[in-house]
Amino acid sequence: MKTYKQVFSELAAQKRSALIPFFVIGDPDFDTSLDVVKAAIDAGADVLELGIAFSDPIADGPTIQKADIRAAKAGMTMAKACRFIRQVKDYRDIPIGLLMYYNLIYQYGTGKFCVDFHEAGVNSVLVADLSIDAADEITGPAASAGLDTVFMVTPVTAPERMKLIASKTTGFIYTVSVLGVTGSRDQLSDTVEGLVTQLKELTDVPVCVGFGISSPEHAAAIAAAGADGVIIGSKIVGLIEANLDNKQKMLTEIATFLTKVKTAISPS
Amino acid sequence: MKHKGRFGDYGGFYVPEVLIPVLEELEEAFYRFGRDEHFVADLAMLYKEYAGRPSPLYYAKRFSEHVGCKVYLKREDLLHGGAHKVNNTLGQGLLAKYMGKTKIIAETGAGQHGLATAMIGALFGMETKIFMGVIDIERQSVNVHKMKLCGAEVIGVEGGSGTLKDAINDALRYWTAHVTDTFYLFGSTCGPHPYPTIVKHFQTPIGKEARQQSLDIIGRLPDMIVACVGGGSNAIGIFSGFVDDKDVRLVGVEAGGRSVDSGRHAATLVAGRVGILHGAKAYLLQDEEGQVHDTESVSAGLDYPSVGPEHCLLKDTGRAEYVAAEDEEVLDAFSLLCKCEGILPALESAHALAWLLSQKGNLDPDQVVIVNLSGRGDKDVGIVEKHRPMSD
Repeated sequence: MKTYKQVFSELAAQKRSALIPFFVIGDPDFDTSLDVVKAAIDAGADVLELGIAFSDPIADGPTIQKADIRAAKAGMTMAKACRFIRQVKDYRDIPIGLLMYYNLIYQYGTGKFCVDFHEAGVNSVLVADLSIDAADEITGPAASAGLDTVFMVTPVTAPERMKLIASKTTGFIYTVSVLGVTGSRDQLSDTVEGLVTQLKELTDVPVCVGFGISSPEHAAAIAAAGADGVIIGSKIVGLIEANLDNKQKMLTEIATFLTKVKTAISPS
Repeated sequence: MKHKGRFGDYGGFYVPEVLIPVLEELEEAFYRFGRDEHFVADLAMLYKEYAGRPSPLYYAKRFSEHVGCKVYLKREDLLHGGAHKVNNTLGQGLLAKYMGKTKIIAETGAGQHGLATAMIGALFGMETKIFMGVIDIERQSVNVHKMKLCGAEVIGVEGGSGTLKDAINDALRYWTAHVTDTFYLFGSTCGPHPYPTIVKHFQTPIGKEARQQSLDIIGRLPDMIVACVGGGSNAIGIFSGFVDDKDVRLVGVEAGGRSVDSGRHAATLVAGRVGILHGAKAYLLQDEEGQVHDTESVSAGLDYPSVGPEHCLLKDTGRAEYVAAEDEEVLDAFSLLCKCEGILPALESAHALAWLLSQKGNLDPDQVVIVNLSGRGDKDVGIVEKHRPMSD
């Protein structure tokens, strides 16, 4: 199974940032979602960030909330999410990070979750409502199962705490570019470049940036600031929502957008 | 954080990283100002002169005859705003003022916490936004008008079931984007640490007063305390005065909705399983995979799938017991208190009355029971009329 280490060192050698699209597993249904993910891989995704639908996603804006509702209505379950991941890995050996809410893991059983999902092909887990203060609830079981942990850094995280976060992170640091929940934004926050620079000085763990990245220009600016990866979620999840009645157009628009981003973050 | 905010294994602070600094700031301010003599004096003055504390302990003689024991009502319904909620909003509002915050947000179910927040927003001159589910806006329109009259902006929340849970989701999302200048005035003894501790602290006057009044008026401690439980703030407030008096039975009454067996209810401690929602580990109404259930209750204020972490511990240790009252029993109890005492209870508080009525026959006539009448029922007249249309 391909590791983050392999991917990020390959990309570093090419002086390129990772393209990391985010989707909610099973949005709008299992089969379409699988085709969307495959299209994203074909368009040049280096890593996948995938969410499992939760009834109360407090860290997500309206676009991802609606995706969660679509996936849940189409019958998504933890077992189906596991099967989905296996099918993605059958298509391509690409690192997969999960971004989800703690109650789903807690009810599944944290130890069993880490084992089952690592076995299915997941590389890391980021629990949106689990800060490093409660990290011990997941870091132990994750490490035993061979799952990497990803934690967030935000524009209001103090430098001392950044160090602590970096020390608990074995995958990559998920840097939140703006204050707030997920969602497309017209403008990129001007704090993000400083945040990336600061983190790169503090740690050798790869630094990826997400939340609000909505255009190839945003992505290029993030890459130029030194980020190891650019995470794009709401923008492309919005393309699913906008094309629910036309699957082919959905796939084409997502692929076209991601290809443009890929070009924008690659050295000319 | 300086403290873990645990009640046994319950509680904690399960929140996105972005909220940690603001919760740390709140915790620090609470422990600093909570003991500050100016703060304590300011709050005591506001409790007395603005809210109308102490609230009376009233012997409901005619209602007692129906129940078969001596029933005393702790009249939180007589406070300004019509409910115990003002105890907490004055406390947290003053805290916000001492912290130099000028903007406050809050969630509300029945609108009582929203109204109590809007009131103190006006009192302290703070910009106030209230998040409220669209279903609740419809069924509690009187409170919505009152909030607006006090200058608050009421933001309708469409997501989920359009009730309290969804209002909290959106308030948390808004807070995430505005942590640098906004104070989240949480309404119940739930949510991430330090809220369960803060809200309890500001609701302890209920218990302290009730205990002293009991000794002064009855000459002894009561045998039983009964309070309704949604998130559980009025209950934890009155329980706190008696929790060390081991002979005083503590009963929390949850919303049984249609019936607990039907699945259409909000009786979290009665029928839930431990999970994590809104920043705390607590009993939770959820499906096998951990998706949170929609709840149902005639009372918007109890219509919530989780519950305060300290109640979870009190249940597990057996110090308090938790039961449920169904909508129909609640409507009966509402009517009865109106008819025999001339007091309109909030539908939330009527759950406590309903359970007590269900115990008729099991109670000793000399037994003394204090029911926390946490709010008044003016806001519920329309709902009651809808369920029980008055014949002419």
